[in-house]
Amino acid sequence: MAEGEAGVIAAALSLAVPLSSVLDSFSGAIEFIFQQRQSELESGSGGTQVGGLDQVWDLMWRHIEVSVLALAVSLVLALPIGVVLGHRGKGEFLAIAIGNAGRAVPELALIAFMVAFVGVGLVNLTIALMVLGIPPILTNAFVGIRQVDRGAVEAARGMGLSASQVLRKVELPLAMPTIMTGVRTAAINIIATATLGPIAGQLTLGDFIISSSVYGSEGVLAGAILVAVLVVAVELVLAAVQRLLTPRGLALQRAGAGA
Amino acid sequence: MISYLAVELGGALTLAQSELGEDFFRDRSNPDCVQRNGAFCFEWAADNLVDRYLTPTLQHLVLVSVSVALGFVIALGLALVSHRRRWLTPAITGLTGVLYTVPSIAFFVLLLPVTGRGTDTAIIALTAYTLQIIYRNAVAGLANVPAEARDSGRGMGMTPRQLLWGVELPLALPEIIAGLRIATVSTVAIATLAVFAGAGGLGAEIFANLTFKTGIIICGGIAIGMAIGFDALLVGVQRLISPWRRVRPV
Amino acid sequence: MSAKIPLRALFALLAAAVLSVGIVACGDDDETPTNGGGGLIESNPDNSGVQITVGSKNFAEQYILGEIYAQGLEAAGYDVSTDLNLGDETIALKALKADEIDGYPEYTSTALTSFFDTKPEDVPADAQEAYEASKADFAGEDLVSYPPAPYNSANAVGTLTSTADELGLENVSDLEGQSQDLTLYGSPECRQRPDCLVGLEEGYGLQFKSFTPVDIALRYPVLDKDQADLSILFTSDALLFTEPDKYTILKDDQGLFPAANPLFIARQQTVDEAGPDFGEVIEQVQQNLTLQVMQELNARVEIDKEKPADVARDYLVSSGYVE
Repeated sequence: MAEGEAGVIAAALSLAVPLSSVLDSFSGAIEFIFQQRQSELESGSGGTQVGGLDQVWDLMWRHIEVSVLALAVSLVLALPIGVVLGHRGKGEFLAIAIGNAGRAVPELALIAFMVAFVGVGLVNLTIALMVLGIPPILTNAFVGIRQVDRGAVEAARGMGLSASQVLRKVELPLAMPTIMTGVRTAAINIIATATLGPIAGQLTLGDFIISSSVYGSEGVLAGAILVAVLVVAVELVLAAVQRLLTPRGLALQRAGAGA
Repeated sequence: MISYLAVELGGALTLAQSELGEDFFRDRSNPDCVQRNGAFCFEWAADNLVDRYLTPTLQHLVLVSVSVALGFVIALGLALVSHRRRWLTPAITGLTGVLYTVPSIAFFVLLLPVTGRGTDTAIIALTAYTLQIIYRNAVAGLANVPAEARDSGRGMGMTPRQLLWGVELPLALPEIIAGLRIATVSTVAIATLAVFAGAGGLGAEIFANLTFKTGIIICGGIAIGMAIGFDALLVGVQRLISPWRRVRPV
Repeated sequence: MSAKIPLRALFALLAAAVLSVGIVACGDDDETPTNGGGGLIESNPDNSGVQITVGSKNFAEQYILGEIYAQGLEAAGYDVSTDLNLGDETIALKALKADEIDGYPEYTSTALTSFFDTKPEDVPADAQEAYEASKADFAGEDLVSYPPAPYNSANAVGTLTSTADELGLENVSDLEGQSQDLTLYGSPECRQRPDCLVGLEEGYGLQFKSFTPVDIALRYPVLDKDQADLSILFTSDALLFTEPDKYTILKDDQGLFPAANPLFIARQQTVDEAGPDFGEVIEQVQQNLTLQVMQELNARVEIDKEKPADVARDYLVSSGYVE
C-alpha cells in the first residue's frame, strides 16, 4: 500500500503541471472554502452568504454523519451474515450474486425510488446508502472467510479449538485483508453517493454541486475537491485500520510474496 | 395586495379569452393508476415502454458502449506500456485512481465549462472512471502469466511482440475481462448521472419525472437489466475467445 | 370587512379595464408576412436555414412552454431543437448568453427581481408594464423580450388545508409568531430569491424552524407525506386546480410575491437572423395560455404523466395553430 500511496502523490504532482493553467479556478475554489461571500447572481439582488469554513464544515459534517450511519448499519447487517455463510460454506452463489448486483444499482434511481415511495429525509437516504454499502461487505466477508487456507483451519481444529474459536482466532484474522477491502469499497460507494443527498432533502457536500447557481462555479469546484479529499482521507484511515488488523505473520508473508 | 388582486383577476378572466372549448379540460374525479401515482402501473408501462423509454435507453447504451470501449483501449494501452516499464505502474495506478476518486456528478459538472453540455462531456468522464479497474486488472493479468509459459514461448523463438500477442495477452485475458465486466457494470450505473452533463440517458428520464413511481421502477429496471446483459455478453465473449479457460467468478 | 361593497366596485372597474386592454392586445399585429393573427402557422421557406435551440428551466410548466414555442417555430419552417431542463433562472440565462440556446421562456417578475435588481414590491402588477420595464434591461444584454403570455403565476407559501385550519393561517403575515416552529421546503434557488425565502425572512420578518431545499417536483409530495409544514408552490400548479380543497395558499398580503407572466426571451442575433416570423409565432402560440388552460396542461404532465411534447402538440392543434 505504501507503493500505492507514493503513486498517488506522484500522480498528483504530474497532474499539477498541465493543471497549472487551471490553477486559477482552483485558487478560486480554495478561497470559497475559507472565505464567506455574497451569493453570486447575475445581479446583486440575491441575499445569501455562501462559502466560508462554517458552511463548508457544516455540510461536510452532515456528509460524514450520514455516511458513517449508513456504513455502520451496513457493517452490522452484512458482516455477520457474510462471515457465517463463509464459515459454513453455504450460499456461495447468493453472496457473489449480491456483490455483482450491488455494483449494478444505479444510484440516482435508488435515491429517486426512496424519495418517491417513502419521502425525503435522513432515514430514507441512509437506507438508500445501505443498499450500496451492504453488497461489497457481504461478498468480501464471504469470500475472505472461504479463501482462508484450509490447512490452517484443520490445524486449529486439530489443536482442539471449538468452531467459534476457529472462527475468531484463525479465520477472521486471516480473512481480514479481504474483509477490509470490502469495507473500504463500501465506504467509498457510500461517501460518493451521499453527494446526491440534496435530492433526498439532506444537505451534504453535494449541495455545492447540485445547487450550482446558489454557490457559483467556484462553489461547484470546491464541492468536488472537498468530496475527493474526504474520500482520500477515509481511504487512508481505513488502510491504516487494515494494517492494524492484519496479523503480522500474514502481512510479512504477503510482503515477501509480493516483492 | 395589488399582486394578489392581479392573480385573482388573472383567474377570473380566463374563459372569456381562451378559444379552447370545455372538452379540452379533462375530468380527473376518478384518478386511474398513473394519476394516483400508484406503485407500479402495468398497463401504462406496457403501452408506453417503447414510446417513452426507447430513446433514453438507446442514449444510455451509446454512453456505456463508447465509454467502455474507449476506456478499454486506453487502459490496455497503458498496461502494455507499463508492462515493459514497471516503474510507471505506481504513477499510472495513482493517476487512474485519482480520476476514480472524483465523485461522478462533480466530474460531469466540472467538465461543463470545458467541453460544454452533451454526450461528449459525459463520455469523457465515464471513460475516466473505467480506467482504474481495467488498468489494474490488465496489469495484474499480465503479471500473473506463468514464467514457464513465457520461457516456452521464448524457447520457441518468439519475438517479444509475438510473445505478447500469442502468449501473454491470451493468458491474461480472464483477468482483463474480469476488469472489463466490473467496469461495464459500474458504467451503466454511473451513466444515470450523465443527466448532469446534459447527456440524456435513463437518468434524464428519472430526473424529469422525479416523483413518478412507475417511471423510476422502469428506468431502474432497464439499467439493471442492461448491466446484467452486458455482463453476460462479456462472459460469452470470453468463452468464445478462450474456451479452455473456466470463467472466473468476479 | 366593512369595505366590501366599494371593493367589489373596484374589482368590476379593474376587470373592465383589463378586459378591454386584453381584447385590444389580442387582435394586434402589424407587419405580418406569413404568420400571426391566430390561424394556422404556415411554413415559410425563407426560415428553413435558420437553426434555433429553445431551452427551458427545470420544472413541468417550463417544459411545456418550451415545447409550445419550439413546435410553433418548427411549424413556421425553422430548424428547431430543444434543450429543456437546463436548471434555474441563473443557469438558463447563462446558457442563453453563452449561445448554448437561442431563447427560453422566462417570467416577468423573475427577470426583474433576479436579473435586474428590482425589489419585489416595486415590480409592476400589470404584465405589460412589467414587460416594458424589462425590455430596456434585456436590450442592454443583447437580448430581446417578447410581450407576455396572458396568464400569470406567482410563488406562494402553501400548506395542507388541514394545517392552515389548525393554525389559523390565511395570510403569510399570520405566520408571525408561529413560523419558528414550522418547517419550510422550497427549491434550491429559493434561498437567494427576493420573491422566495429572502423575501419571507427580510420582508415578512419570518424565521423558520428549518428551510430544506428540494427539487421543484417534490413541492407537493413533501406536504402530502407530512414532512413539510409549508412548501413553496406556484399559483399555476395543476394540483391547486384538481384538488382545490386539499391545499391552501396563504395570501401574499404584503405583495412580496409578484405575479409573473411568461415572457419569451431570445438572443438579438437569433432574432435578426430569423426574421419577422420569429416574433409573430412567439406571440401567437401563447395567446390561448390562460390560467385555466395552463393548469390543464400542467395537470396533463404532472398528474397524467404525459410527455410535455405531446401535451404541447395537443394544445397547438386544439388551438388551430398547428395541424
